[in-house]
Amino acid sequence: MRTLRDVKVGEKVRVIKVHGHGPIRRRLMDMGITKNVEIYVRKVAPLGDPIEVNLRGYELSLRKDDADIINVV
Amino acid sequence: MSIKIAVAGNPNSGKTTLFNALTGSNQYVGNWPGVTVEKKEGRLVKNPDVILVDLPGIYSLSTNSIEETIAKNFLLEANPDAIINIVDGTSLERNLYLTTQLAELGIPMVLAINMMDVVEKCGGKIDSTAIGSAFGMPVVEISALKETQIDQLIKVAMEAANKKGYTAPHHRFSGGVEHTLGHIEELILHDQPEQKQRWYAVKLFERNELIQEELGLTPEILAHIEKDIQLSEKEFDDDSDSIIAAERYDFIAEVLEKACKHRTTGEISPSDRIDQVVTNRWLALPIFALVMFAVYYISISSVGGLMTSWTNDVLFGELILPTTSRWLEAWGVADWLQDLLVDGILGGVGAVLGFLPQMAVLFLFLSLLEFSGYMARVAFIMDKLFRRFGLSGKSFIPMLIGSGCSVPAILAARTIEDEQDRRMTVITTSFIPCSAKLPVIAMIAGAFFGGKGWISFGAYFLGVAAVIISGLLLKKTRYFSKGATPFVMELPAYRWPSLKCVLNTTWDRVSSYVKKATTIILLASILIWFSTYFGWVDGQFQMLDRLQLDQSILARLGNSIAWIFQPLGWGDWKAVVAAMTGLVARETIVSTFGIFYGFAEVAETGQEIWTNLRAAFTPLSSASFLIFILLSPPCFAAISSIRREMNSSKWTLFAVSYMTALGYVSALIVYQLGSWISGADFNLWTGIALSFVAVLIWLLFRPAPRKRASLQNSKAEA
Repeated sequence: MRTLRDVKVGEKVRVIKVHGHGPIRRRLMDMGITKNVEIYVRKVAPLGDPIEVNLRGYELSLRKDDADIINVV
Repeated sequence: MSIKIAVAGNPNSGKTTLFNALTGSNQYVGNWPGVTVEKKEGRLVKNPDVILVDLPGIYSLSTNSIEETIAKNFLLEANPDAIINIVDGTSLERNLYLTTQLAELGIPMVLAINMMDVVEKCGGKIDSTAIGSAFGMPVVEISALKETQIDQLIKVAMEAANKKGYTAPHHRFSGGVEHTLGHIEELILHDQPEQKQRWYAVKLFERNELIQEELGLTPEILAHIEKDIQLSEKEFDDDSDSIIAAERYDFIAEVLEKACKHRTTGEISPSDRIDQVVTNRWLALPIFALVMFAVYYISISSVGGLMTSWTNDVLFGELILPTTSRWLEAWGVADWLQDLLVDGILGGVGAVLGFLPQMAVLFLFLSLLEFSGYMARVAFIMDKLFRRFGLSGKSFIPMLIGSGCSVPAILAARTIEDEQDRRMTVITTSFIPCSAKLPVIAMIAGAFFGGKGWISFGAYFLGVAAVIISGLLLKKTRYFSKGATPFVMELPAYRWPSLKCVLNTTWDRVSSYVKKATTIILLASILIWFSTYFGWVDGQFQMLDRLQLDQSILARLGNSIAWIFQPLGWGDWKAVVAAMTGLVARETIVSTFGIFYGFAEVAETGQEIWTNLRAAFTPLSSASFLIFILLSPPCFAAISSIRREMNSSKWTLFAVSYMTALGYVSALIVYQLGSWISGADFNLWTGIALSFVAVLIWLLFRPAPRKRASLQNSKAEA
């Protein structure tokens, strides 16, 4: 299953499901990463991590490890 | 009767700007009890009967972070008369998520759509009446920066507070979910006040453990509602908390579809254009280096430095100190009192206050960076490097400032959101050699190592190594390995910072520094001065002159504890006392040695006493001394800054103990192993030093506790 981590810069994807449990999952959902939301991967930080995405009209940065728990299509 | 209004909203929504605009200087800034989170309370300038409580910026009431818990506790327990929910008009969708949660608390609410000036400039259109009726609360369009409509906002808020009704949430979830919520309310919550039932019901539906505990629910009751929850989960093919989050956002999207002009996902805003350069793969680091250099150079070296020199040399050196001496002489004040006032108090406090200009300029810059939005970019760029050591990307700034002075560095840690990262930064920042340590470094380098530059370099290297080692070590301890707030961070749009905000914040930080200088340092200066210049000569307690200082209270104290430092190679009372005077200010160590060797005044690098030092130390023991000085807690000013930031004596004690321990052990290892390698016999202390090395290695490389495990679990599910 494809995760947000696998998405290349410049691609737009849709969220299928957010896995994991506890604070990270809660945080991602609170920030708007829910089923069916559209996410655009804007860029990667200069040192390779974290990544910057655009969703719901704002810019969000998250670590690749955390992006890995989001299934997308 | 005072009316208490809570101001709640996302970080970067302009809450602070609004708060400052409304309360002016009638603010009280402190910390929420027991935590490092700032608490701001103030009275309205235009109506002192109204108290505003600025809640920490939060994205949700999930109770997963300290800030969220503080907000939730305040709203549910302190019974504010109304809530002003401030939302950013340029990114309504995410901001309104919190709104749906606040609406469930049953407290009268007003929605303030901020940044209307930016919205208008970008040609956006918001139908706030539609939003208001959809959410069931009054809406006021404001611009906190331009102070537009904020009086109207207060008027509406007070109306809501006085009406004493409650805002019932207008958003409805899907049928199945509503059914379950109703069931939960009926079953469990009939004892709770009516207006709060909705909020509790939703939390129970989400299986929130804190709430389950708080309500004291038995396993039977939990099992009962569990069945209903699972039905809903099957219906939506999703977990209950995910269902709720998704439904909230669906509701918001529906409202905004009609009420607001949307930006398509991925569209480029003016902020994004700036970021195309600022966080560009190749340009980001050079630009970052440039910004940091500019901030540092202007505040510490040029402008700030100039003003500090003037303050120290002219204001104090030529005006205040001599004038005060003259007055005291004229009034016939006793000699010893003169000395106390001039050397002890004015001298000690003055030296610290002399740094004030640098602090002010520095804090000004940091405020500008924070309010403009650049700080978030700093965290974004530096995160990968710092998180490995349990620090945040934003920890870079305190470390950088720490090379000038630890006091503002520690205070600057306030910009770090996560409490664990903040505490870690506060503990480790002092390892970076500050400018006060330079004279000591130069003295040792000059006396024993031919003044080579690589000693200075080594000191900075040691500092960085200590930070890294501490990070790795502490990260594995129980407190620091608990699930920290994940690094999921908003990159707010760049904004012109509000002048009022910047000045207010700068003033707040500068006055913290001044308060510290006058209270604790005053006490410490007096204490050290007294114990240095008073002692027993031939059995008589009296004030000593320069040549009798080896009989002072401090000297006797030093003598009695000197044995502790024997294994480090410098168990001589002079060294110990010098180290102790270093607690007032590190550069005092040089002048203290000077005094002991009979020099009333010495050059900054202590050249006059190099020969004396060579008689008292060996190169190896001097290195050990230096290491201890570099790593152990610096001056009292820094220690009290730590106390201020940690907001806990327990943590301050831990920080101070940890630094002392690291300094001691490091110096021990270097001295013992160094001696052994250069031919001394293997003895008990060599063995002890070796075992310390072994323990350190183990602490560094042992597997970290549970955190890794939970990450594995989540991957496995996907």
